[in-house]
Amino acid sequence: MDSGIDLQGSFIQALMDLGLPADLAKVIWIPLPMLLIIATATFLALVSTWLERKISAAAQQRVGPEYMGPLGMLVPVADVIKLLIKEDVMPAKTDPWLYTLGPILVFTPVFLSYLIVPFGQHLIITDLGIGIFLWISLSSVVPIGLLMAGYSSNNKYSLLGGLRAAAQSISYEIPLALSVLAIVMMSNSLSTIDIVQQQSGYGILGWNIWRQPVGFVIFWIAALAECERLPFDLPEAEEELVAGYQTEYGAIRFMLFYAGSYVNLILSSLMVAVLYLGGWEFPIPVGVIADWLGISETTPWLQIVTATLGITMTLLKAYFLLFLTILLRWTVPRVRIDQLLDLGWKFLLPVSLVNLLLTAGLKLALPFAFGG
Amino acid sequence: MFVLSGYEYFLGFLLICSLLPIVALVLSWLIRPKARSPERRTTYESGIEPIGGAWIQFNIRYYMFALVFVIFDVETVFLYPWAVAFSQLGLLAFIEALVFITILVIGLVYAWRKGALEWS
Repeated sequence: MDSGIDLQGSFIQALMDLGLPADLAKVIWIPLPMLLIIATATFLALVSTWLERKISAAAQQRVGPEYMGPLGMLVPVADVIKLLIKEDVMPAKTDPWLYTLGPILVFTPVFLSYLIVPFGQHLIITDLGIGIFLWISLSSVVPIGLLMAGYSSNNKYSLLGGLRAAAQSISYEIPLALSVLAIVMMSNSLSTIDIVQQQSGYGILGWNIWRQPVGFVIFWIAALAECERLPFDLPEAEEELVAGYQTEYGAIRFMLFYAGSYVNLILSSLMVAVLYLGGWEFPIPVGVIADWLGISETTPWLQIVTATLGITMTLLKAYFLLFLTILLRWTVPRVRIDQLLDLGWKFLLPVSLVNLLLTAGLKLALPFAFGG
Repeated sequence: MFVLSGYEYFLGFLLICSLLPIVALVLSWLIRPKARSPERRTTYESGIEPIGGAWIQFNIRYYMFALVFVIFDVETVFLYPWAVAFSQLGLLAFIEALVFITILVIGLVYAWRKGALEWS
């Protein structure tokens, strides 16, 4: 697995063969994976809106979208077109600059976090040293945008929604960061690539979920709360606050919120897959299958198959978690704001601190099993 | 060129991701119809005439949460380098972190007892 396919190297080599200088070839290469990742992220988010509609319909014994394209698959496309060409109604009493900046501040950090999401051994824009920490820090920019949107709308529902969103985000950020910390401790690295590689070798048994079951549950609850998904969708609880901080938003600015929330949802699912479910790793190690079939692990075509299946594995894991999230939406009722904060501060925070110290202690006692 | 190598990708991606919403806003501005009647631009308040604005003095309930948050967020940031280097540091670092976390937990218990973690 170590000598994977070097896309960057071969692309730059191909351009150099055409007579371009090496520096220029490198500059041409830089934006390509980024644009590809942005397109992928958008596509994944569109697929999740469709899945959300279909799975919600199935949970309620309805059919769901049906006529637009096969199985209603074109509904997300129609959504985008509708929101793009919709008349823009900005209330007269708003602060126009903050009103526009709010959704941008929600949208940009979420997309920026895809910088460190690995879809495969080499399928990452850049393997930054700070890796997962970049995601943690970028996710704390989002509440500023929500607060900005809520306050600038000059609407009481928006104000309450924005305040709730900020309170919720800051309360669940600490358990989230602390459970990531336990993983980082086991991997001795912040890089997402290293975190996945530390889980490789033993198939499904090597995944972090077995060594960090408490961390997994904390991380998932906190990620749901950060994404404002039911049962934690208080900031936009429609029975109480109309649509929370989004009340005064429509057309393209609403689309930025909408896209941001779904991209964030799929990002969180991908992060759970990377941190706890072995990222692109197979449930059965590739080496074992290759030995069983009598093929060398470094055969070129096997590497291509492995890389392709690696992307599929990552996405399958992420979409499985998304499926659970959507089912959860129709299974549990919404919590109250005081229950939400109690859960965050009085339960998840102490438990995640204990989990961190326990991980540290176990790492000292059993260095082999906990990445010593 | 850059002190931290590898971050040119970050800067490039930051640029692209910041341009993306601006492009979307401009594109929509070009192709959408413009709002005409001023009644449409009134603030929504469940269908009735809005009473007063929302830019008023307001009791921000989570003020104490925000203070406690700052303490614990900084704690987390301090713990990250500790966790990365933990395998080289050994038992002494574990005890030091234990002391550090214990002090903060005492703070949390104090805040809890004082009622700083109550919404109402």
